[in-house]
Amino acid sequence: MLQPIDIPLEKAIEKKPYFKYLRIDKMPHIWCPGCGNGQVLKAICIALDKLGIDNNNVSMVSGIGCSSRTPGYFDGYTLHTTHGRALAFATGVKLARPELTVIVTTGDGDCTAIGGNHFIHACRRNIDITVLLFNNWIYGMTGGQVSPTTPKGSYATTTPYGNYEPNFSIADLAIGAGATFVARGTAYHVTELVNLVEAGIKHKGFSLIEVLTPCTIQYGRKNKMGIVDMYMWLKENTIPLKAWEKLPEEKRKSKLPRGILHHADNREEYTHRYYSVVEKVMGGNK
Amino acid sequence: MAKLELKYGNHACAEAAIIAGCRFYAGYPITPSSEVAEKMAELLPKVGGVFIQMEDEIASMGCAIGGAFAGRKSMTATSGPGFSLKQENIGYAVMSEAPVVIVNVQRGGPSTGLPTQVGQQDVMQTQWGTHGDKLIPAFCPASVEEVMEETIRAFNWAEVLRTPVVLLMDEVIGHMKESVDMTKFKDPEIWNRKKPKVPPEEYLAYKPEEDDVPALADFGDGYRYHVTGLMHDYTGFPTTNPAMCQELVERLIRKVKRRAKELEKNEEFMLEDAEFAIVAFGSTARSAKLAVKLAREKGIKVGLFRPITLWPSPEETLYRLAGKVKAILVPELNMGQYVLEVERCAKGQCPIFRMNRANGQMIYPFEILEKIEEIASGKIVIPVSKA
Repeated sequence: MLQPIDIPLEKAIEKKPYFKYLRIDKMPHIWCPGCGNGQVLKAICIALDKLGIDNNNVSMVSGIGCSSRTPGYFDGYTLHTTHGRALAFATGVKLARPELTVIVTTGDGDCTAIGGNHFIHACRRNIDITVLLFNNWIYGMTGGQVSPTTPKGSYATTTPYGNYEPNFSIADLAIGAGATFVARGTAYHVTELVNLVEAGIKHKGFSLIEVLTPCTIQYGRKNKMGIVDMYMWLKENTIPLKAWEKLPEEKRKSKLPRGILHHADNREEYTHRYYSVVEKVMGGNK
Repeated sequence: MAKLELKYGNHACAEAAIIAGCRFYAGYPITPSSEVAEKMAELLPKVGGVFIQMEDEIASMGCAIGGAFAGRKSMTATSGPGFSLKQENIGYAVMSEAPVVIVNVQRGGPSTGLPTQVGQQDVMQTQWGTHGDKLIPAFCPASVEEVMEETIRAFNWAEVLRTPVVLLMDEVIGHMKESVDMTKFKDPEIWNRKKPKVPPEEYLAYKPEEDDVPALADFGDGYRYHVTGLMHDYTGFPTTNPAMCQELVERLIRKVKRRAKELEKNEEFMLEDAEFAIVAFGSTARSAKLAVKLAREKGIKVGLFRPITLWPSPEETLYRLAGKVKAILVPELNMGQYVLEVERCAKGQCPIFRMNRANGQMIYPFEILEKIEEIASGKIVIPVSKA
């Protein structure tokens, strides 16, 4: 069995500064072999380190599912909440303490099925929360059931004859609902993901970063894809936005663009707007 | 000298919340509780607080808990169906020990029921609504002035016990206007959550102190910790260790139960020499009080016992009462909820009669009087509940 790293934490941090954001004593983590979730956590930590944000200024909030176990391993103010409700709790934290960097880790089922309502309204408000949406096209923790992003024809435990439901395009959904920063990355392209998280945190407004990350056990097994197959799929079927834009229409369909898909600076951030109202009201009382 | 102000029940609730130190409100509109939100929207920005109208009831409850962990005294208000929707996150507040006040201005149910009419049908939902074992304190005011007292008390206990507390009102109390003696609320006793006395690296957010309540650090104050709705150890990290899980659930209940005597609050009216007792709460208790006076005029020795703290229920007090009187009548605006608790506590010492209504109408004093006369004259022999 894997054991927690046996070297002093200070030594580890010296070598890898982003280790300071990890609760090493809570390792080993619960994720399956080949799972991409650890890569996303690593990308978040490296991005925070690059931005020089202290642990004491970060709150990480999640709902339920594999993705939502991330805050447990993150050394900050961490809230592992109820299924689909991470954004509601995070909105509370951000409004009460606007100076905190608030990061939400959520999955495709958590965020776009049970949490769909909170998702579109957080986009609409443009509240300064950075959402890492771990999209693995399936419900991993509950045993591999179909999710709103499961590709058509794919197998899940609740679609034994193949998925017949149309699926969400998460990025389009977020842009349509008013998110001011929307990006897509993958667990394969980690360096690129770090840059996306960095840009997302820097953006003052609602940031959504969809991360394609393989569920090697539930999705992989059901759809006869091995760990390597799944990462290769990410490598071959996603391409940088600039290259994607140059593709002819018929070739675009089978590929997904990576990068910052939407970035608008024309809307005021929610907590900023709220507290300016407070200031006005309080000033008016003097 | 008294300083009387005419106040609307729901507004009084909001004003008292501000006095209690509430600086965070998340809610969703629902009748008959909406005026609490409306007043909070007006008052909170004036004191630097946060008001947010969320997208739904579930979000409101979650948001309020988020605000509580980020250091604000936090509240939400709702009615029947909204209270049902909040239940999962109320359970989360119990498990994660989030201090938060939930106001439920009851209406007729089940389902959307009677949005603008009175009911007292959430007595059991308040205690048993969310899944799993727990003990959630619930306070039940019967006048506008008492709405203010109980709102402040709800915040105080939520903070001290690190637990959700329900303020269980009903439509009549929420929508009535009465004069309130404001001198009582000029400088009320305010309790705050326990902050950790140890440095951040030694802090365990779920290690109970002597009173079974762990100290609570606010997010942003340098005390980093993990919060989850899963069974957890002292650090807050998930665990399935059977001993740890058992200890946790036992403690969550025990921390409230051990303060039951302090939490208990009742009004006793003409009970000293009573042969019969009426047990009623909320707006129904007001009808009952008049019924007691009318019955006394007719020479029937009856008194009123009005629980203000509904949960934890005043077990011993009710037991003693049942041992003292010939019979108890429990009128309530539901099909028989609190009467079950009275029966449980009475342990068969006296017959218990019930009087139930769920049609959105009040129970009038003369109706209670009639029933008391029947009971006193021995016309009804077998309690309805046992017939």
